[in-house]
Amino acid sequence: MVLENDVEGIAKLADIHIKKEELGEFTSQFNHILEYFDILDTVSDGEEGKADLVNVLREDEVTPSLTQEAACANAHETEDGHIRAPRVM
Amino acid sequence: MVKEYFFEKTDRTNAFITRLDLAMYEETGGPLEGKGIAVKDNISTAGIPTTCGSRILAGYVPPFDAHVVTCLREAGAAIVGKTNMDEFGMGTTTENSAYGPTTNPHDTSRVPGGSSGGSAAAVGDGMVDMALGSDTGGSIRCPAAFCGIVGLKPTFGRVSRYGLIAYSNSLEQIGPLGQTVTDVNTLMSAIAGPDSRDSTAYDRPYTHTPSSEIAGMKIAVPEEFFGEGVDPTVAESVRNAIGKLEDAGAETMACSIPSMAYALAAYYVTCTSEASSNLSRFDGVRFGPSVETKRSWHDEYRDHRGTFFGKEVQRRILLGTFALSAGYYGKYYAKAQVARENVRKDFLRIFKDADIIAGPTMPQIAFKLGEKSDPLSMYLADILTVPANLAGVPAISVPCGTVDKMPVGLQLIGRHFEDERVVDAAFAYETEVI
Repeated sequence: MVLENDVEGIAKLADIHIKKEELGEFTSQFNHILEYFDILDTVSDGEEGKADLVNVLREDEVTPSLTQEAACANAHETEDGHIRAPRVM
Repeated sequence: MVKEYFFEKTDRTNAFITRLDLAMYEETGGPLEGKGIAVKDNISTAGIPTTCGSRILAGYVPPFDAHVVTCLREAGAAIVGKTNMDEFGMGTTTENSAYGPTTNPHDTSRVPGGSSGGSAAAVGDGMVDMALGSDTGGSIRCPAAFCGIVGLKPTFGRVSRYGLIAYSNSLEQIGPLGQTVTDVNTLMSAIAGPDSRDSTAYDRPYTHTPSSEIAGMKIAVPEEFFGEGVDPTVAESVRNAIGKLEDAGAETMACSIPSMAYALAAYYVTCTSEASSNLSRFDGVRFGPSVETKRSWHDEYRDHRGTFFGKEVQRRILLGTFALSAGYYGKYYAKAQVARENVRKDFLRIFKDADIIAGPTMPQIAFKLGEKSDPLSMYLADILTVPANLAGVPAISVPCGTVDKMPVGLQLIGRHFEDERVVDAAFAYETEVI
């Protein structure tokens, strides 16, 4: 069972602002779904499937790709061919 | 030579987010030359807006084509528009779209299914013969069933996903929807095959002509596909369809998929976990509505995603973040992966004796708009489609009659890389009833 402040904490981790007035509904739906997930407790310990997995590797070679102009085309703020982002610190 | 294609059909079901009334195509001599084809709006199209049904990608115009879109252009197709969908593929009804719900062409008070509801409605309403969709947990097969058309989820790895805007990479595949099995087969031929830009794409091109010769084909019928939660009238309709396959020479046998007990939970833990990582790229910096760069990163990012993501997307990102968080990983994600392997093993066991597994695609006919307002009840509707995604096997939905005047879908599931056999079984059914 998770509480409203747990959901608030998860939302903070996920970088999603949930409005105060919506927290109650989110929390109750969350619990409803987690309760359903409890059926996974009936799965006995076993192997995760790995049998068919192979790594696909390639040489790290430069090949033709997007131009700087095309890569920046959807960004709202650019400067000298770079994309401007909010400050991190 | 470049030619013009005039796309003048009325969109009465809100199937399209973007439509091109004048689409262009090249005379390539390819199998799709001069055909108008609709593309789900989570598949990148150079120069044509691509929104994933989300406000967070409003105004985004991809600078490149997805591999499958390149394939369509090379085959001579005219791309007539981008179809409506549940935001980022998260939904079973196409009601979770920032561009309003799509409705069912057979009854506009009902949903078309989802998440590729726009593609299915466009085909079902006769606007196009064929469309591309994507299927993470049933998102091609469900709307195909609800709209009375054919939809194929290919084997995992059969079609490149380069340019598909990712939601849950270990589950999703791009696939064809069409009016007939032959149309689906034609579109599949155009898009399958290797692509160096998707390391999960196998070198397995698809060059097949459907055959209705299924004498001796062994078809397993799982009891779980006709159990609790499946509408008895839908079940009866599907059992009759399986009877038609017997008439065509197939042999049927009973089977059981015990892992179905927890397959749906394993699916939702897996897809939400992958979504929580994939959707972290939507930060308003490189595409979509812009952020205020004067504020600090986390404050701005949180408000942006709180404002522009829809509720279901927020819910799934939060569920995934929770399932992967310290202290819960073992209880949810790790268990889900064991459960997933058990589903795969159940399929492999059945496929030792059987060529095809048959059952309903959806447990009910198309819901009324607004009927599934509770998230969990919406999730439960995916119970019959998610096992094929967890196991990575191909599955098709083909129309098999009606209940209350609404279409019912017969689901046929095959072995890994036996998409051709799945298509043949569907073609045999279609041939038998026409």
